[in-house]
Amino acid sequence: MPFLLQASSLSVKTDRLFLASVAVCAALLMVVVFFIVYFCVRYRRSRNPEPVDVEANTALEIAWTVFPLALFLAVFYFGWTNFRYLRDVPQDAMVINVTGRQWAWSFEYPNGKQTPELYVALGRPVKLVTHTLDVIHGFFVPAMRVKVDVIPGRANYVWFTPWLLGDFDIQCTVICGVGHSRMLSKVHVIPEADFKRWYFSDEPVPKLQPVSARVPAAERGLAGLLRAKECLACHSLDGSPSVGPTFKGLYGSRQTVMGPGGRSQVTVDEDFLRRKLSDPQAVQVEGYPPVMPPARLSERELDSIVRGLKGL
Amino acid sequence: MSYLDNEGAPAWKAWLTTTDHKRIALMYLSLIAPLFLAAMSLGVTMRIKHLHGGDFLISAQTYNELFTLHGVVMIFMFVIPGLATVFGNFFLPILIGARDVAFPRVNLLSVYLFAAGCALALFSIVTRGGAADTGWTFYVPFSVRTGTDVSLAVFSVFVLGLSSILTGLNFIVTTHRLRAPGMSFHRMPLFVWASYATAWIQVLVTPVIGITMILVILERFFNVGLFDPAKGGDPLMYQHLFWTYSHPAVYIMIIPAMGAVTEVIPTFCHKNVYGYKAIAYSSLGIAFFGSLVWGHHMFTSGMAELADMIFSLLTMIVAVPSAIKIFNWTATLYKGSIELTPALLYALSFVFLFAIGGITGIIQGALAVNVFLHDTYWVVGHFHYVMFGGTGFGFFAALLYWFPKMFGRMYNPKPAYWAWALMFVGFNVFYFTFLVLGTMGMPRRYYAHLPQYDTAQLLASAGAFTMVSGILILAGDLVWALFKGARAPDNPWGGMTLEWKTASPPPKENFKERPVITSGPYEFNPGRRA
Repeated sequence: MPFLLQASSLSVKTDRLFLASVAVCAALLMVVVFFIVYFCVRYRRSRNPEPVDVEANTALEIAWTVFPLALFLAVFYFGWTNFRYLRDVPQDAMVINVTGRQWAWSFEYPNGKQTPELYVALGRPVKLVTHTLDVIHGFFVPAMRVKVDVIPGRANYVWFTPWLLGDFDIQCTVICGVGHSRMLSKVHVIPEADFKRWYFSDEPVPKLQPVSARVPAAERGLAGLLRAKECLACHSLDGSPSVGPTFKGLYGSRQTVMGPGGRSQVTVDEDFLRRKLSDPQAVQVEGYPPVMPPARLSERELDSIVRGLKGL
Repeated sequence: MSYLDNEGAPAWKAWLTTTDHKRIALMYLSLIAPLFLAAMSLGVTMRIKHLHGGDFLISAQTYNELFTLHGVVMIFMFVIPGLATVFGNFFLPILIGARDVAFPRVNLLSVYLFAAGCALALFSIVTRGGAADTGWTFYVPFSVRTGTDVSLAVFSVFVLGLSSILTGLNFIVTTHRLRAPGMSFHRMPLFVWASYATAWIQVLVTPVIGITMILVILERFFNVGLFDPAKGGDPLMYQHLFWTYSHPAVYIMIIPAMGAVTEVIPTFCHKNVYGYKAIAYSSLGIAFFGSLVWGHHMFTSGMAELADMIFSLLTMIVAVPSAIKIFNWTATLYKGSIELTPALLYALSFVFLFAIGGITGIIQGALAVNVFLHDTYWVVGHFHYVMFGGTGFGFFAALLYWFPKMFGRMYNPKPAYWAWALMFVGFNVFYFTFLVLGTMGMPRRYYAHLPQYDTAQLLASAGAFTMVSGILILAGDLVWALFKGARAPDNPWGGMTLEWKTASPPPKENFKERPVITSGPYEFNPGRRA
């Protein structure tokens, strides 16, 4: 797995908090290291043979109590709000039962199909409810940033919306015996059409194509493209609110916009999307902050995004 | 006459029946040091195994037993007792001007209990079931079902816990009752404050682990069902009980090391400690809040979200007293006259490595991020930064600082510098790579690892081997000094606290005359104040 590969909607939120707190903490550490090194050089015995006893300064003591406390509480706050998002399953999530035993996983879909590896449709949220037949296991998909302990007598859950096509590792994270490190499986993210075809067929498992061949060329990697252009930092694919309007159901909706000619009502159509994407600041949708940066898209990328948004 | 003199009695009798706190400290050291090296060699074996991703060198079952034994020995026999029983026993009475601890014979009992606990754990390797393979956390129901000899291993933890409680009780009473005339609480050296705070945690929370371990044995023999949902029990109850002790235990491990470092830094800066009261009371703050954060080991267990939130919040708060200590240590260097001796170098490395341990704790204490990082190599890296970068380097700093006093011999500083360079570089290559491996999704306690982790595993192993070579050089230097080192003067470093005002090594009952205290412990420059 490439470093911090982001394969789900959760991964971006988690990583943003993770990287921000790493940056803040590293800065704090660097300040301390700077002073330790500086003092050791500046006040070395050969240069400063006459030490001085320094009395503690109450204001300074209070400052370096309150300042880290404020930083740590901020880390706590965003950890908590993002955690709420992790626990808040979308209404339309498909519920899949995950069962762990020493030392294998199995997945059961709503219609009773069972597979040893997990198959999910691109862009569709899934809720995984966990069960164990023996000891505690840990269900972990690093690329999706989800993990939950699989505990006897307890139906724990995780959810995610996959937005990258591909095959991602599932690993057990709680020591469960001699086969612990081989209690592995995969999440296969496939196009929704392929998923549906398999789901309503008699095939035990979907025929997997190589990741590059999994979608018709026109739709290839819409989610990947949107992510690469950083659209998904502010727009969601699954209807959840964010900085900008969600892409789900956006095409064809009525919106109030502020343009050069004042306030007006428009229907989001191909023409509107092209105008907005080419020059985001020319037209502002009411109810959202006017912060969208220029997207820098090639003609072909613009075509695929507009076509892709029609289908969401 | 030095405390090392047997006064005509046979050596075995003079040592095994002694009630002298200094001899008891050395008895602990003679048990702990070989156990540390043994557990380290188990770690090295695991690092060699991970040079290869699949089956290599040892079986998966052996690997699981290795990391369990590595954890049990390191935690219960080195990191928890290490500084408290060796340096606490040796120096707590001396630093407050006492002749011994309050209950010298109870002190001897606790070292025997400790030896018995160690023997039981090591004996479990050769019993029919074999060494426990559950990890040092002994999570049910796996620890109840596994065929390995978990019962003996958890019973050894029970016995070690008894020893720890007795030591804690002894230190609390000693601190309250045996201070020299004039030694008010605010004139106590900060190592005493740290040992005192630690002792309270030991007395208050260790009974919980003792009871919990007995419950595991009951489950294994009688299948009571306390943790079995089929009988109305709950596996999470075990985790709560276990971490109610085992998280505060982290502070039992680190606070004495903080205390030792607080003695080392002012001595080699030849000036007073900055923020004496802040450092003293932050130890108590850590002891208090540290007892209320155990749930952060269980954020992925599916317990109530409100509990998750409260434990995450308290986790952030417990980091503040540690941060205060770090800032005060740094400020202590200001306007000092700094001699970068090996002891100070190890102490400042402690500050740096412990700070990384602390901030990685903050990062993983955020709920959403914890869901990602829990039970990965990130966590293993984090707690090695705290336990080894913190307590380990603190232990070495304390040893290098007090070695001349304890044994009356000087060591050669040159190998200690070389050892430091190898240990410091090796340590960071090793455990920082672990942090990175964790963010790549590498789960802990894995015998086999997936190919994407090969390169980083190799790098971590290279760091581990470098670090271990440094540890061996340091050990060699000190063992050499024990027999061949030059005689140590009474006060080789220019320290101000009471241990430097008696002979090296100290006489029986520590002082010729009972000291009378008229000032604070760190008034190096009464004429020069700012």
